[in-house]
This record gives sequence, C-alpha cells and structure tokens, in this order.
Amino acid sequence: MWIDVPPFLPFFLGALLVVLAPRGWARNALLLGIPILGGLNLIGADPGPHMEVEVFHYVLTPFQVGTFSLLFGYLFHIAAFIGNLFALHLKRDDDDTLQQAAALLYAGSALGAVFAGDFITLFVFWELLAVTSAALIWARRTDRSVRAGLRYLVIQVLSGVLLLAGALIRVHETGSIAFGYVGLEGLGAWLIFLSFGIKAAFPLLHNWLTDAYPEGTPTGTVFLSAFTTKVAVYALAVAFPGTEMLIYIGALMTASPIFYAVIENDLRRVLGYSMINQIGFMVTGIGLGTALSLNGAVAHAFNDVLFKGLLFMGMGSVLHQTGKINGSDLGGLYKSMPITAALTTVGAASISAFPLFSGFVSKSMVMAALLEEGHFMIWPVLLFASAGVFHHAGIKIPFFAFFAHDSGIRTKEPPWNMVLAMALAAVLCVGIGTFPQYLYGLLPFETDFWPYDITHVLTQTQLLFFGALAFIGLQKTGIYPAELRSVNIDAEWTYRWFAPQAIRKLAPAVAFLNRIIRSGAFATLVLRRGASRIYGPTGLARQWPTGSMVIWVTVMLAAYLIFYFL
Amino acid sequence: MNNHKQAGDKGPSPEKTHLWDKPENVNRLLRVFYALCVALVLLDFVVHRHVAHPWERFFGFHAFYGFVACWTLVVVAKLMRKFLMRGEDYYDVD
Repeated sequence: MWIDVPPFLPFFLGALLVVLAPRGWARNALLLGIPILGGLNLIGADPGPHMEVEVFHYVLTPFQVGTFSLLFGYLFHIAAFIGNLFALHLKRDDDDTLQQAAALLYAGSALGAVFAGDFITLFVFWELLAVTSAALIWARRTDRSVRAGLRYLVIQVLSGVLLLAGALIRVHETGSIAFGYVGLEGLGAWLIFLSFGIKAAFPLLHNWLTDAYPEGTPTGTVFLSAFTTKVAVYALAVAFPGTEMLIYIGALMTASPIFYAVIENDLRRVLGYSMINQIGFMVTGIGLGTALSLNGAVAHAFNDVLFKGLLFMGMGSVLHQTGKINGSDLGGLYKSMPITAALTTVGAASISAFPLFSGFVSKSMVMAALLEEGHFMIWPVLLFASAGVFHHAGIKIPFFAFFAHDSGIRTKEPPWNMVLAMALAAVLCVGIGTFPQYLYGLLPFETDFWPYDITHVLTQTQLLFFGALAFIGLQKTGIYPAELRSVNIDAEWTYRWFAPQAIRKLAPAVAFLNRIIRSGAFATLVLRRGASRIYGPTGLARQWPTGSMVIWVTVMLAAYLIFYFL
Repeated sequence: MNNHKQAGDKGPSPEKTHLWDKPENVNRLLRVFYALCVALVLLDFVVHRHVAHPWERFFGFHAFYGFVACWTLVVVAKLMRKFLMRGEDYYDVD
C-alpha cells in the first residue's frame, strides 16, 4: 500500500468529483482511474485493523483487513472498473451524472462493508449499499422501474434495520461491537442471520432480486449484479461459517430458482434467477465451513461477479441496441452482433462450468467438499442444479437472444467501450479457468486442491454434453416450452398481490365499522359537547400544519439529546 | 454450441445467408455433437474414474444424470406454468 486510506474513500471522493467534473475526458479519467489506483493501492495490505476512530464510547474500525477482505476488495475494484468502462458512453439523456456517481458510491459502499471491522460501520455501509443501488434502478425512469426500485429499497432497508437490531442485542450481550464470527445462537444472531439472508436472496426472501434487477438500466444492472449479494456472501462467510443450516438453504437456492429461469421470458430476469442458483453454491460452501469449501465459496463469488457481469453486459448490450429483452422478441442477433454473441457465449460457458472456464475451477471445490464431508444426499441436488444452470443460463441466454428463430431485428454492435468491457470480463473468465493457480493464490486457506484431473474433467463434460443433448431432444420433439409473454407468480405474490388486494377488500369493511362506531353509542350529545372542547377549532386537536409539527418534534428530540449528554 | 435452428424459418430473403441459415450447417454441427456425446460415454470404459459418491460407480452416470436432470427440469417447469403463469400485466393492474 502506498497510502493507508480506507478503500471506500477514493470512491466516495471520486463520486463527488464526478459530479463536479465536466463530461468528457476528465470525467472518464476519474471513472476509470479510481478503480485502478484504488485497486493497486490495496495490493498487499497487511491483515488487521488499519484505522480506528473513537465515537462516544465505542471504538469503530472503518478499515480492517480480515480473512476474506482482500479477495473481495480486489474483486470489487475489478468489477467497478469493468462496470464503469461498460457505462462510459452514457450521455446526458441517460442521466449519466446520477448513474455514474451512484455507481461509484455503490462500489465504495461495498468496499466499506468488506473492510468494516465493527457492526456499526458494517450497518452504515449496508444501508448505503441499498440507497446508492436503488438510484441505478430509478435511473431507468420508467413507471415500472420506479415502483420496483421502491420495493427493492424497502426490502433492503429492512435488511439493514434487522442488522442494526441484531447488532444492538449482540452488543448488549457481549459488550463488543467487533464484526467477526457470530454463529447461530440467541436472538441477536438470528436477526443478523436474517438480515444477511435477505441480501443473499435466501429462499422466500429472494424476490427483491428478480423483481428489481431486470428493471435497472442496461448498465446499472451490471453493477447491481456485482456488489449487494456478494457483500452478503462475504458477511455470511465471516459470521456464519460452518453453520449446518446454510448447507440446506444453499442447496435449496441452487435447485429451486432454476425452474423459474426455464419458463421466464425476460432474459435479465432469467439471469436474476440464475444468480440465486450460483449464490446457492456459495452458501452451501460456507455452511460446510471447511478450508476447501470456504475457499470454493469465495472463489465462486469472485468468478460469479465476472461471468454473471459478462452475461448481464451481454444482455445489457442487447437491450441497449434493440430496446428489447424478452426471449419472445429476440433471436438471430448473431447476424448483426457477432462479437457480443461470442463474448456472451464465453460468459455462458463459464457459468456452466465447462473445463477451461472460470466456473469449473471454483464450483468443483464446493462439490468436492460436499463429498469429503459425506453429504451424499445434498450432492445430487447440487449436481442437478449444475446441469440445470447450463440449461437455463448456458444455453437459454445465448440461444434465445442470438440464435433460435430469426426475429428479423437487424442492429449493430454496441459502442466500443461496452464491447471492451465484455472482452475484458471474457478474458478474465478464460484466464482464471485456464490458469486457476493465480486465483487460488489469493484464497484465504491452504489446500492442495487442483481441479484438472481426468475424473473431474470427464464427468463434468459428460454432465454438460448430455444436458445439451436433452435440450436438443426437447426442441426437436417440441416439448420445450415456448417463450411466452407472462408473469410467473413467486413468493413476491404475497406483497405484490395478496396484501394490496386484502387491504383493498378490507378497507370498505373497516370504513363501515368506523361509521357505526362514530354514529353509535359513543356519539351521544354529551360526549360531543365534551369532545368539542378538545376537538374544536381552538382545542388541542385543531389541525396543526405538518411543518410546525416536524419542527416541534425536532426541538423535542434535540432537547432530549442535550439533556441526555448533560 | 448448440445453435440448433427451428424448422420453418427462412429469414429475410434479400440479405446474405448467415452461417446457421443453412440447415445443412446446423445438421453438420449436430452430427459432430452427437458423435462427441457417444465418445464421452465410451470414455467411461477407458478412463478409470475416482469414485467419491456411490452413484458414480454406475457406467456413464454423469451423462445419464445430466440428461435426466435437464429433461426433468424442463418438463416440471413447463407443468409449473399451469399454476404459476399469469398475464404480463398481472401486477400492473391497480
């Protein structure tokens, strides 16, 4: 390290400068320079706390290098660079300033979270992640994106509130605010677990992801896919390694969303479901808690950011160039976007874990660890999900966008910066897959695992080729479900349909009840006369302007604060 | 890759014909692919695999499992549509 600054700081200052800098080379230099310089500065940072600040009676550690921090730190710098490069072409009418500043703040918040040494710092960045990323959804400026962004923000903030509540209980119990191993014991720990679970898209808590990510801007979703869920994976790896329940949660995450991915039409939503499937492998790895499985979990997080980013960039390019993203509207784009098609296919091969591509070298660690620990019933579930991921992400995404039936759409390749960003991610996917020793060198634990033995390569290739054979068979026999314009109801149905409908249905009943009570026995003349003293135009309950109420509340809170510290 | 082309698609005529516009190219690719599948299973005779899970003892287990997994996945997902599928504006109605 040249300068001992918390890694989030360059990004936060950079966001300020981006707002002030004129559009053009100065701003571009900032957007590309900050991740490069920040990343180089981080190389070889010593483990342990780097900065401590005393606030009231607590010692905050806004910059601490923990077991997993550096790997995620490097990853987030790479992701921010690729994302900024991909978004470099944004123009005034795309709300470029908002998106570019929000993206830097978002990346900075992710860095702040993975280098947080205490719960309070973690909480602050946890909430900043929510707010800054919501801006990338709202920047699309459609009615749908505004609503989806709001739902997203409410759920993300809820996760933060749970984290805060859990942390407060824990601080009360242990007297320490340090962020480290928690383990599932006590109410505080459970609240923290739930908070991480929301951000990691645990089953039934997952729909914010598939709801919001497809509504982001073509470039914004690339950032979204990189940071929030990976911060959650990091947090789970620090606080809950070896928690057995995570093995089962992870297995469920790998297997259940892929059914939705098969029948989903919006290709970015397909990637959203596929993302939960990949996080499932990480969560299972964390649950196993061995050196090999934890290495596998964080290595897979690293690779997932790159290949899922690449796939989101490929689909972002398609959306940017054609304005369409539904499988039913696309097809045949390889004719006019051959480079994008080829690069997306590299991402597809990587997520499918073909030998020589990045997914293979990390996913196989989790699979091997499962068998080492004797989880013979969970292994087939993950193997099913491995075959399934090839089906819905590896084949479906490139096939329906670029091949399949010709939609008649003729367009051209996206701007050079988008192509370059995809190419960079593709090179990393192949590079890591072919020379895994460099990624393995960054992993926190020593293991002698090497993915390239004949058994692994042969069995994985058999699995994938016969998965593809099934796809061809299903297409030829016409069993494969057509892409249909539709919504498939999921857990989100409870808050997007049932709750609003229930409230709508109940409202007249409540109003009716209210009328009865008001006009009934309570409203005798005597009561009215008495009430008029209080509720009358000069009484205590006369209508106060909201503004003056806010001022009085502020005054009371300020007074309370002053008395408290006296 | 499996750039399998659906029947009945002729594409716009005045344009130049692309690689997968010709059914013979697609068929050639598929034939190579089928041959590779056969070869991969036959390799199980030659290669002495490590067996970590009891099911792996079966000949061609991974090939079989990959095929059945994907087939089941799609068929079940298609059935799920019966219960789960709603109109595109299902959540948009106020």
